[in-house]
Amino acid sequence: MAVITYREALNQALAEEMERDPDVFLMGEEVGVYNGAYKVSKGLLDQFGDMRVVDSPITELGFTGLAVGAAMTGLRPVIEFMTYNFSLLAVDQVFNAAAKMLSMSGGQFKIPVTFRGPTGAALQLSAQHSQALEAMYAHFPGIKVVAPGTPADAKGLLKAAIRDDDPVCVFEGEMLYNLKGEVPEDDDFIVPLGVADLKREGSDVSIITHGKMIHTCLQAAATLEKSGISADVLDLRSLRPLDVDSIMRTVAKTNRVVLVEEGWPYGGITATVAALIQEEAFDELDAPILRVTQADVPMPYAKQLEKNAKPNADLVISKVNQVLYR
Amino acid sequence: MSETNTQRALAEEPEVKGPRDHPSPATPDQDPNWERAAKPILSLEERTRGLSPEDLRKFMYDMLLARRFEEATGESYALGKIGGFCHLYIGQEAVAIGAINAMQKGDYSMTAYRDHVHALQMGVEPNAVMAELYGRAGGTSKGKGGSMHMFSAESGFLGGHGIVGGQSPLALGVAWKIKYRGEQKVMQVYLGEAAVNQGAFHESLNMAALWQLPLVVIVENNRFGMGTAWERASSLYDISQKASAYAMPSAIADGMDVLDMYRVTKEAVDRARNGGGPTLIEARTYRFVGHSMSDPVHGVYRTKEEVDEEKLNDPIRIYANLLSDLGVLSQEELEVMDEKVKKISAEAVEFADNSPEPEAAELYRDVYADEDVAGRLYFDGRR
Repeated sequence: MAVITYREALNQALAEEMERDPDVFLMGEEVGVYNGAYKVSKGLLDQFGDMRVVDSPITELGFTGLAVGAAMTGLRPVIEFMTYNFSLLAVDQVFNAAAKMLSMSGGQFKIPVTFRGPTGAALQLSAQHSQALEAMYAHFPGIKVVAPGTPADAKGLLKAAIRDDDPVCVFEGEMLYNLKGEVPEDDDFIVPLGVADLKREGSDVSIITHGKMIHTCLQAAATLEKSGISADVLDLRSLRPLDVDSIMRTVAKTNRVVLVEEGWPYGGITATVAALIQEEAFDELDAPILRVTQADVPMPYAKQLEKNAKPNADLVISKVNQVLYR
Repeated sequence: MSETNTQRALAEEPEVKGPRDHPSPATPDQDPNWERAAKPILSLEERTRGLSPEDLRKFMYDMLLARRFEEATGESYALGKIGGFCHLYIGQEAVAIGAINAMQKGDYSMTAYRDHVHALQMGVEPNAVMAELYGRAGGTSKGKGGSMHMFSAESGFLGGHGIVGGQSPLALGVAWKIKYRGEQKVMQVYLGEAAVNQGAFHESLNMAALWQLPLVVIVENNRFGMGTAWERASSLYDISQKASAYAMPSAIADGMDVLDMYRVTKEAVDRARNGGGPTLIEARTYRFVGHSMSDPVHGVYRTKEEVDEEKLNDPIRIYANLLSDLGVLSQEELEVMDEKVKKISAEAVEFADNSPEPEAAELYRDVYADEDVAGRLYFDGRR
């Protein structure tokens, strides 16, 4: 297996799927001539030409709707949001059109579109550029949501998303693009939607998370190991469909749960997972489920305030200690 | 304390005028373009150019079916057979009938929620449209869409959309597909005039013109966005002028005249098909009924007198007189035609009434196209 970056993994996924299927095209701001704001689409314009790698005007609502309309009539668009923050201008077309078209038309119009782009906070980008919005997207039936945290998952999930016949939103980590990891070279390597991955095996506590936060959680688990606590770190990878079986398996094993996400707590992914566990595995629990999320405030700019607002390994460790009554 | 400079300046400021005190947004009465559109100075020969007597009779048949079908819909709604929001097309028939007749088989069309007639005209069976209104399994969307969401993949009718202006980027995407695949097809999208104020409309026009996509945008200006008169909603009365911001050709059509709708749309459709890019058409029309079945025909926003006066321009009656004068369709033939479309409408009602309710399992169908995934897709704990 080759060791490549998360960015290169996404680039490979796009190139391979565009090579495989002429109906796949990439559209978004700066994806062509500029090679992508985060260089994910580097070289694709030269390889596929300007009908398949399309620089759009800054017009999120317009090009998102364009993708849904194109998908209604058989194309398989991939839309890059420069960041998901900007997708808030476009969500009418995602939630009112893409999510509902198949149902409203009684099954006549599939929407095989992929939306992708970075989510979550980077460094000092302040309130409007630091949001983790995956919970909002996962709220809507008709939409599928994935959030890869490693290069291999990035490639495998993006390929699965493009091949899927439903609208799939791929939430990439803005801070992960340079992350290196082993990625299978097989053209047909995919990571199926709806399959979680146990990133670390333990027995005392289950830390359940997704996306960039898996690295925070793995760091916390490594520290906890030194004080004799072994943690399962379950990476959900896919938020809708959700691998509920894997969640219940780790809960049954450790009986103690800490849920971690980069977004806000209200109506968050962790809120949904906590509800599922108490509905379906209440008797397995030896302690209340605790959560670590972003502080419930708009992200501040000042360095120290921002640091305090983000979830971090110390917070995870502290919650783990609480569920272990230490 | 003495008066400050600011207070003095404010006192000297002339009285601020309300938007309608300015001369620019002309009302229909003051707008020369409206007059021209309503009474096109064309000879009869020019107005019917390229149309055979069969074509002329077909336009009549289509409009009459639209009218009778919508009347039957209104009756069913009054009987409680149809639920939810239900927007009728009565008064505006010339727009969709003229414009869709200007298209070819294989072309696409899409509109907002006042969509029953567009669906019929695209070739969807009246039975299926009525059954959808009734929320029955035999409907176009198996009863899941209702009045506002008619769809037919087979007929190239792409909805039926409920968010004002939301269909314009979707239509843009269909036009993109046509260009992407190198097809000789045209996408036609309808919007109400009030949708023109949505960003989605402008974003779509820009990209359609930028990429020269085969899109014909037809704004059905029935003068009221629900109860808000157009001159109270737009700084510019003439919608066709909005195309100039995108270097796009535009035209005004008389939306009460099926021949004018056909002629103007045909030119735009031909241009789009031949690679000439998009066109914006403003169709000036009038709705004889309330915004939806739950709204009054007249009231605070328009008077009974105004509606009665507009009804003198009934597109069907005026066209019937024209065909009679031309000797293309006699009064007797018109009556035979009318009986036929009434029968079709009545049969549609009967079909809908007898169509079964969707089965319970239908609730979770067509939410996802591809359920062949691991993991859970539904979280309601019901299945």
